[in-house]
Amino acid sequence: MTRVALTVNGSRCEADVEPRQLLAYFLRDQLGLTGTNVGCDTTSCGTCTVLVDGESVKSCTVFAVQAEGCEVTTVEGLAQGDELHPVQQAFHEQHALQCGYCTPGFVMATISLLNENPNPSEVEIRDGLEGNLCRCTGYHNIVKAVQAAARAGA
Amino acid sequence: MIPAAFEYVRAGSVDEAVALLGRDEDAKLLAGGHSLIPTMRLRFSRPSLLVDIGRLDDLRYVTANRDRIAIGALTRHAELIRDPVLREHCAVIGEAAALIGDPQVRHRGTIGGSVAHGDPASDLGTILLTLDAELVARGPQGERTIPAAAFFTGPFHNALEHQEVLTEIRVPKAAGTYLKYVRRAPDWATVGVAAARVDGRVHIGLASMGPTPLRARSVEDAFADGASPADAAAHAADDTMPPADASASSEYRAHLAQVLVRRALENS
Repeated sequence: MTRVALTVNGSRCEADVEPRQLLAYFLRDQLGLTGTNVGCDTTSCGTCTVLVDGESVKSCTVFAVQAEGCEVTTVEGLAQGDELHPVQQAFHEQHALQCGYCTPGFVMATISLLNENPNPSEVEIRDGLEGNLCRCTGYHNIVKAVQAAARAGA
Repeated sequence: MIPAAFEYVRAGSVDEAVALLGRDEDAKLLAGGHSLIPTMRLRFSRPSLLVDIGRLDDLRYVTANRDRIAIGALTRHAELIRDPVLREHCAVIGEAAALIGDPQVRHRGTIGGSVAHGDPASDLGTILLTLDAELVARGPQGERTIPAAAFFTGPFHNALEHQEVLTEIRVPKAAGTYLKYVRRAPDWATVGVAAARVDGRVHIGLASMGPTPLRARSVEDAFADGASPADAAAHAADDTMPPADASASSEYRAHLAQVLVRRALENS
């Protein structure tokens, strides 16, 4: 076991982990933060996307020990009480989800995209979300939601 | 898919990483992990010790002198894309980095890790070969420089000794282009073609056309002798061994190489 200390959604946490423990499973199984889903398990689908030090990463492809000392943000860390994060609000209002399984990953990837490019074009949005797969919506409303979130200054 | 168990140590310096690698003949370096971790999850790779060099931030840099650019091995793909020195003096590296994986992968993956992994479809490996890059490695006996033409020795194999750490990549200032054919955005290249003008001569490199990134020497010779792009590109598949897999047959890859090489030459 290896001791790992990191900040998750603003709270400091320390835990003993096996070095092979992946960040996605550390968040889900050890911290109970099951908002981060695991889909393909092969760095493809993006539903496990979280922020590490503000940048989107696929948490199925990062060992928890690599996040030592980092600030990790999951979808649970976005809302302020009952008030949704502007990106969550935009996904809600634009009906950018159907089954919802991919949504936490899309929301986190969108936050990272808008951090790097606050006013992306439609093409930049589609390219910027190429690491996330949705099998229900056909992406149209997701793109609309990102545009709405950008207009809202998310 | 859970990797086999391993011991984990975070190195505080390159020299410490070199020493740690000497502890265990099955040890591997971990940088961004975006080539290694997927292969460990599939248990194609089962290192008993991982030496994490991912925090050696002094290996994240791009600097230029009069005619060469030095890139720290731990520079991430996202950093290559936005680096102003590369944009000005060797833009093809950032343009190719932007075609690797997806934004999440590019936030973690490093140029050194990508090249050392040695995938025959490696975009950056193909570009370094095309640019006649030099790769700097540090080991127990000190530092040495390996020409890119001698670096790629086989599929997922390279010229690094077990205890050597790739620290820096040196490329000339050069204009170039990289054309990558993929079926889906984040895929490995079905075929990739790099073209660059180095010391007045056009170099052509091929991704996913053999056991390592390859140079298309007969194309280069024909083009240097005055052949048209189309006539030179007819040699694109000479001396290659294009693989056949779910993405493409060998014949289709050979055809793609000819088309992409012609387009690359027309842009050069």
